[in-house]
Amino acid sequence: MTVEVRGEQLGPTEKIILDADILERPRISMVRDTLNRLLKNKVATVSAIYIIALAVAAIIAPLITPYGRDEPNFQSTRETPSAEHFFGSDKLGRDIFTRIIFGSRVSLGVAFIGSFTAMLIGVTYGAISGYFGGWVDDLMMRFVDLMFGFPTLLFIILMMLIIPPNSSTGLIMVGLFVALGLVSWLNVARLVRGQFLSMREKEFVEAAVALGASPFRIMSRHLLPNTIGPIVIWLTLSIPGLILVESTLSFIGLGVKPPVPSWGGMLAEGWRAMRTLPHLALAPGIAITLTMIAFNFFGDGLRDALDPMMRGRE
Amino acid sequence: MMSDNGNQAMVEITNLKKYFPVTQGLLRRVVGNVRAVDDVTLQIIKGETLGLVGESGCGKSTLGRTILNLHKPTSGTVLFEGTDLSGLSGHDLRSMRARMQIIFQDPYSSLNPRMTVNAIVGEPFIIHKIARGTELDQRVAQLLERVGLNPLLGTRYPHEFSGGQRQRIGIARALALNPSFIVADEPISALDVSIQAQVVNLLEDLQDEFDLTYLFITHDLSMVRYICDRVAVMYLGKIVELGSIEDIYDNPQHPYTQALLSAVPVPDPIVEDQRQRIILEGDLPSPADPPTGCNFNTRCPIAFDRCFEEEPQLKDLLPRHDIACFAAEERLQV
Repeated sequence: MTVEVRGEQLGPTEKIILDADILERPRISMVRDTLNRLLKNKVATVSAIYIIALAVAAIIAPLITPYGRDEPNFQSTRETPSAEHFFGSDKLGRDIFTRIIFGSRVSLGVAFIGSFTAMLIGVTYGAISGYFGGWVDDLMMRFVDLMFGFPTLLFIILMMLIIPPNSSTGLIMVGLFVALGLVSWLNVARLVRGQFLSMREKEFVEAAVALGASPFRIMSRHLLPNTIGPIVIWLTLSIPGLILVESTLSFIGLGVKPPVPSWGGMLAEGWRAMRTLPHLALAPGIAITLTMIAFNFFGDGLRDALDPMMRGRE
Repeated sequence: MMSDNGNQAMVEITNLKKYFPVTQGLLRRVVGNVRAVDDVTLQIIKGETLGLVGESGCGKSTLGRTILNLHKPTSGTVLFEGTDLSGLSGHDLRSMRARMQIIFQDPYSSLNPRMTVNAIVGEPFIIHKIARGTELDQRVAQLLERVGLNPLLGTRYPHEFSGGQRQRIGIARALALNPSFIVADEPISALDVSIQAQVVNLLEDLQDEFDLTYLFITHDLSMVRYICDRVAVMYLGKIVELGSIEDIYDNPQHPYTQALLSAVPVPDPIVEDQRQRIILEGDLPSPADPPTGCNFNTRCPIAFDRCFEEEPQLKDLLPRHDIACFAAEERLQV
C-alpha cells in the first residue's frame, strides 16, 4: 500500500518516518512561527513593507523631501507631475510630494496614537468587565451600548469644538488623539470582554485559580496573552479607519490648520481644481487609499498568521 | 462511618449544595436552580483514593470543584484538615490552595498555550513566593523528571507535546506545592488506553511517595476497581451508594450501582455471554427539575410507592457501606 503525500507516492516506511517528522517538529517560538507564516503571504508582506517604508519616511521626512514643507515657489506654480515635482505642485508652487510625506506625519501619527489610546482604554475596560462578569459586566456593557448609540463623527466634532480655533498644531493633534481614542475604544472593549468571558471557563484558568493566583495575575499572565492575537488584528484594522476619520475631519476643517499639511486637508484644497489639476486631489486621495488597503491586507494576513490552527500547514 | 475506625478525615463535606441559578430577562430574575450537587455529606480519609463515579452530567466534576472552592458552595461546609474553606476568602483562601490541587480531564485546555512548560510548572512557586532564579529552575527540572519528562523539554510550548505528556505536565504543576489532597477530574479519560495505564501508575507511585489523598472522578468503572480504596456512586447530584471497592463491586445494593456495574464488560467470552445486563430506560432527568421522591424513581426497575413520595437518605445499612434506597432498606433490615 502506498500513500500519497504532497503529490509524492510514498511507501509505508516513508509514511511512518513522515509522521515521526511531524511529531518532532523543530522547536520554534510563537513569534517566529507567526512571522514565518506572515512572510509566506505575499500581499501581507508587501503591505507590511509599504507601511514600514511610510512610517520611516514620516519620521525622517526632512531628510528625504526635495523641498521645504511650506516653501512657496512662484516660478513653478500648478505644475503637473515631472522629474522636479514627482506629484506636481500647487497654486503656491509648493511640492505635493513633500507635502504628502509631511502629511503622513499627521495622518499616521493621529491614527497610531489614537488607536493605541483606544487600545489602552478598551483593553482595561473589557478585561475588567469580562473577568468579573455578573452585574459588573452588565453595568459596564450597558454603558458601552449607550456610547455606541451616539453618532461617532458628531461626538468627535463636538470634542474638537472645545479646542480654541487658534490653537497650535500640537494641541490640535492631542485633541484628535483624545477624541479618536474616546470613540474607538468601544469595539476593542467588547472584543476583549468577549474573549475574557469565554477564556475564563478554560481549564488552564481554573488551574491558575486552584494554584492561588491573584485576579491580576490571571488577567495579565493567562487571559491577556491569549487575547493578543485579536487585539493586534483590531489595531491593524482600526488604524486605517482612524486615518479616514482624521482625513474627514481635516477635510471639513476640524483637523490641523493650514499651512501644516495633512492628507485630508490637501484633499480639501485640491478637490476644487479636480477638472483642471486632478493631481492635487489625486495624490492625497491615492495616499489615503493605498495606506488603508495596506493596513487592511496586513491585518488580514496577521489574523491568518496568528491563528494557531494554521500551525504547521500552509 | 469510616471515622469510627480510627481513620483520620482529610476532607469532611457536610450537606454540601451547589445550585446554579437559571435566570431570565434583563434583571436576571431567578426562575429555577440546576441542582448540580444536592446535599452531599461525605468524608475523604487521609491517604485513601476515593473514586467518584456516575454518568455524564450527574455533578461529579461540580462536586470536585466545589470541594476545592473553585465553585462557591450554595450551602453546606467543607472542612479541609479542620479548616472551613467557605469561611475563607481572598489571600487566606489563596494560601490554603497550596495544599489541595486538581488534575484536569482535558490535557489540551488545561495548559496555557502561551506559556512554556517551565513557566507552567514554575508558576506555583512564583505565586506562593517559594523559589526563584536557579532554585526555581532546579525545582522545575526535578518535578519534570519525577513525572517522567526530560527537563530539557521545559523550554517548549504545550502544543509540542502529546496528550499523555501534557497530562504529565499537568500532574507536575499540581504536585509543585506539595499538596496533601488532589482532585483528579477524569485525568485519564481523554488519553489512549496504553497511555492511561502509564498515567494511572504514575499517580499511584506519587501517592505512595508524597502521601497523597485522591478524589478520583471517573466514569471508567474498571479503572476505579484498579486504583480506588472506596467508591462513591453519584446520581443526579446525590450520592446513592458509598463503600469499599469489595463491597460495591461484589455486593452492590443500589439498583443504579447494579445497573452501572452490569454495563462493565467481562474479558471472558463465556461469562460475558451469560451475565445479565440491567438496561436502564430513559435519560438522566434534568437537574433543574428533579423528580419528587427518590431521584432515581424515573428509571428504577424496582421502584415502589414510597420511592415516589419520600426521598431516601444515605444510611449505613451495612458495615461501612452506605446506601440511599428504600428497597435496599427493606431488604437489609427486615
